[in-house]
Amino acid sequence: MALNVELVSPTQQVWSGQATFVSARTIEGDLGVLPGHAPLFGVLVDGAVSIKSVDGTTKEFNVQGGFLSVSNDRVSILTESAN
Amino acid sequence: MGAQLRIYRRRMRSVKATKKITKAMELISASRIVKAQQRVAASTPYANELTRAVSAVASFSSTNHPLTTPSENPKRAAILIISADRGMAGAYSNNAIKEGEQLAAMIRERGLEVSNYLVGRKAVNYYKFRNRDIAGSWTGFSDNPTYENAKEVAEALISAFIADAQTDNAGVDEIHIIFTEFKSMLTQNAMAKRMLPLEVIESSAPAPSGLLPMYEFEPNAAEVLNALLPRYIEARIFNAMLQSAASEHAARRRAMKSATDNADDLIKSLTRLANAARQAEITQEISEIVGGADALASASAGSE
Repeated sequence: MALNVELVSPTQQVWSGQATFVSARTIEGDLGVLPGHAPLFGVLVDGAVSIKSVDGTTKEFNVQGGFLSVSNDRVSILTESAN
Repeated sequence: MGAQLRIYRRRMRSVKATKKITKAMELISASRIVKAQQRVAASTPYANELTRAVSAVASFSSTNHPLTTPSENPKRAAILIISADRGMAGAYSNNAIKEGEQLAAMIRERGLEVSNYLVGRKAVNYYKFRNRDIAGSWTGFSDNPTYENAKEVAEALISAFIADAQTDNAGVDEIHIIFTEFKSMLTQNAMAKRMLPLEVIESSAPAPSGLLPMYEFEPNAAEVLNALLPRYIEARIFNAMLQSAASEHAARRRAMKSATDNADDLIKSLTRLANAARQAEITQEISEIVGGADALASASAGSE
């Protein structure tokens, strides 16, 4: 079981693929998502998003605000800018 | 060279120079359409995700957000018209402006006032020339809009929407957007859409529950909606601007292509006319020489 992750910004799709773990910082604090997570919608603050992809590598992105939505093992991260 | 022939040659030179310019503009636009289309495509995933999120949040939370609730007695509506900065694009800007006029007439029929927000120098000039009030205008980026541009426009519109229209002259109850939808290289359509209040699909019980699950909201639904809706408006405006930019390039390419074709036709017919004039000149010269020789011959024959 893996998460289907998409990290998108208004100008491009920054990253998309399969991942085993995603962590991000919401207004209420750090949040980790593993496969099977309950449907969730969170508001992100400026900070790092890290995605552990299925091949074992970890990708770090700096996001400026945005949203994280999780449903049916599908994680989408919307942000205004990511790098 | 006769006067007639000289005039034809001069006109041919000027048409040829114009043709070079229109040909160059056609090629530039053609290459920019592709880039503009790629930008539209690149912005689509974000817009789709955002739309999904907004419909999920708005239909599954009972929050009454000001951005989703229509005003009970609306007083004023804002129209955002996206046009071009430069001309030479056929009827592109005019179509958008006309669509705006129609929408404004419809809104006035409902008894509302209209406040105009304009993007692109063409629309601004059109309104200025007619001495109409402009609530806000932005120029200089119509052929290559960035997200920052869209954000700027969205902020002005959202703050006008949040302001109370009953007491504040800048406040509006509805926001409509007019942009040119890019259907294909050949078809672009000016269209009007209502942006605010949102038309969120009321999908309560019979909706496909598998598609939009019950979300947990962090920190809470109202807060999420507060943060989400401005982004949604920005993304909608950005997408409209990108589509309009692609349409502008397509319209310009088409206009410049027909200008180039016309120049070709003109050069062809002018060449024919110039040839005929040259031929007529030669014929006249020959007949003059023959006539002169005849006259000389008969004059010398008479004297002997």
